[in-house]
Amino acid sequence: MINTMECAVDAQSLISISLRKIHNSRTQRGGIKLHKNLLVSYVLRNARQLYMSEKYAEIYRMQQYEEVMTVCNEIQELNPLDLAEDCMEQSGDCCGNGGGSEPASLCGALLPASHTAAQSAHIQTATACSAPLSLHAEEVCKEPDTSFYRSCCAEPYPVSNCDFSPANGMHCNKTTVLDLDTHVVTTVENGYLHQDCCAPLQQCCQGAQTPAKKRKVDFGYYVTEPEEVPDFTPCKRARFDDFSCLNSDQLDSSNISNLISIFGSGFTGLVSRQADFEQTLNGQFCSTQALASLGAWTRAIVAF
Amino acid sequence: MAGAGGGSSDVQWCFSQVKGAIDDDVAEADIISTVEFNHSGELLATGDKGGRVVIFQQELENKSQPQSRGEYNVYSTFQSHEPEFDYLKSLEIEEKINKIRWLPQKNAAQFLLSTNDKTIKLWKISERDKRPEGYNLKEEDGRYRDPTTVTTLRVPVFRPMDLMVEASPRRVFANAHTYHINSISVNSDYETYLSADDLRINLWHLEITDRSFNIVDIKPANMEELTEVITAAEFHPNQCNTFVYSSSKGTIRLCDMRASALCDKHSKLFEEPEDPKQPPLPLLLLLEIISKKKEIIIIIMISDVKFSHNGRFMMTRDYLSVKIWDLNMETRPVETYQVHEYLRSKLCSLYENDCIFDKFECCWNGNDSVVMTGSYNNFFRMFDRAQRRDVTLEASRESSRPRSVLKPRKVCAGGKRKKDEISVDSLDFNKKILHTAWHPQDNIIAVATTNNLYIFQDKLN
Repeated sequence: MINTMECAVDAQSLISISLRKIHNSRTQRGGIKLHKNLLVSYVLRNARQLYMSEKYAEIYRMQQYEEVMTVCNEIQELNPLDLAEDCMEQSGDCCGNGGGSEPASLCGALLPASHTAAQSAHIQTATACSAPLSLHAEEVCKEPDTSFYRSCCAEPYPVSNCDFSPANGMHCNKTTVLDLDTHVVTTVENGYLHQDCCAPLQQCCQGAQTPAKKRKVDFGYYVTEPEEVPDFTPCKRARFDDFSCLNSDQLDSSNISNLISIFGSGFTGLVSRQADFEQTLNGQFCSTQALASLGAWTRAIVAF
Repeated sequence: MAGAGGGSSDVQWCFSQVKGAIDDDVAEADIISTVEFNHSGELLATGDKGGRVVIFQQELENKSQPQSRGEYNVYSTFQSHEPEFDYLKSLEIEEKINKIRWLPQKNAAQFLLSTNDKTIKLWKISERDKRPEGYNLKEEDGRYRDPTTVTTLRVPVFRPMDLMVEASPRRVFANAHTYHINSISVNSDYETYLSADDLRINLWHLEITDRSFNIVDIKPANMEELTEVITAAEFHPNQCNTFVYSSSKGTIRLCDMRASALCDKHSKLFEEPEDPKQPPLPLLLLLEIISKKKEIIIIIMISDVKFSHNGRFMMTRDYLSVKIWDLNMETRPVETYQVHEYLRSKLCSLYENDCIFDKFECCWNGNDSVVMTGSYNNFFRMFDRAQRRDVTLEASRESSRPRSVLKPRKVCAGGKRKKDEISVDSLDFNKKILHTAWHPQDNIIAVATTNNLYIFQDKLN
């Protein structure tokens, strides 16, 4: 009678199972069992963490793909000599769309913007990702030739003028590697097609939106239960406060604050823990790519 | 062989009796929730989800049938707890009997403590086999006589009657627990006992019901920081100042009540360190995320702790194993026995169907040489500590012919299934044996399936 599936339960099903258990426990006789619900809340918390990590990784991969596409397009379209100025102008357009004007911010205020326009969606895609990705955005307006130069562009990514058509990306066969710490760009000619960047653009948009939506739903579920038994509340709250940090070695406070600014509106309980997601993203999923050897906050964009 | 607690490899277990309804349609109220022998083994008490306690008494051995020990027959049945409603919290309080503990016998009557989630009761079970007859003012059937018809006086005398067993509640220990009581344990001083809920342990005196002392409190100041709960607690069998309690994080704390009034600070902490070579240890419930395979592994906590009769060892039961600890060594258990290791790969499914939250109990035999615990598919396991052998037996109606010897069972974890083996996927996880008890002197065991009580004894030659 038992399900014969192996332990490859995905995070999403574990989350829904756990939520169902918590919901059922509220109607069972004898009141809520503190122990069982504590255990279920641990499971839920960790499954949620895994789910978020996966989503972030996916978004990050999409983001990388997009930005590489944009880089390629930019390289093709723009005169390298005008590159620096264009970056400054376009950043203004970008931020004007949403209202975020801080150079260092991720256009975080764009998050609640309408999703109808493709550009807005992509802006959200950009901003939904981690802070370093915005730094990526800033730095992508580079000369794509083999010579090195430092970017003078400190503005957010000029998204609005970019062409996100995947078709463009497919033809690019240059590898552009960006070192975030030193802001050095290296372009390598190769025919290597990085599988993770192959996803179509629509996925990227959806990927950006669904995590935010799912989290809001999650959060909303727990918030809208005023009639819960006092004994039970702590179990649910515990999962917000007692996260286990997977890679807690390197923390970048500016990046974390950027991340917090994105999510601060809806996820106050998680504000202190954004670093965990960040580290998860950096430590685990980036590391699986060829980029990982560069350390937590050092990133590279690999394009094809 | 005959005698107290021989090795499981020498002993052949035979079916003796089964109690309870035969049909498969199980009424929820009949689900057995606790089983306990008294100190002499003559009485066997069971509690069920409906709040009822049923006590069986062993018959005196029949001289004409030396091959079998006495049978257990119903001695007394009474309703111990009723469902209640907590109006302040709008919570129903279940009448399910969580634990029964016998008091040592001091006089003709028997005493036991029974508890549900919130209230502990002391019951006196006494026999009445005589009744007074010959009243002057009452007829034999109880009707009062008209006083004017009384012409003579006589002294009432006791005459024998059919044995009647009465159970009466002598004490009710209420309103001391905010959370659900999971354990009670009588102290070796026979005057006090402890009751443990998820976060607190209280010390009671058997005579005093309006007061209890809190001796352990692990409730955090901020409930949001709650990370562990108490899962079981027990007094040391000989030292009246010592008790242990296990936590959901897999630790066992031994406390000495002489050290301080509040025993939050433990005297000894028993915790097995994680072995990096092993798969994640089965003491803690947590999810480990393995990014490569994206698996989620769930592991479980201690559900029961029992001192050995001699007080030198204690046994803990977690979801997958039984561990024996020497009280003098806190760093790791001295013995570990895997109960159903084949379930390790099924933990995610077991989480889904709630089986992973099952709290299995464990018990020692009379001379602490064998330990026993339950499993699924109505299997139960015995581990012979001395001979390092274990056996899996099944409590089923099929093997219920009187004095039929139980055949050892085997579960096939994977690969080719041999002839008499059962594959993991055919196990019935609705048939679980959570409660077992071993006679304090003889090789008689009581094993509770969902709503039946099986009694097995060793084969006497």
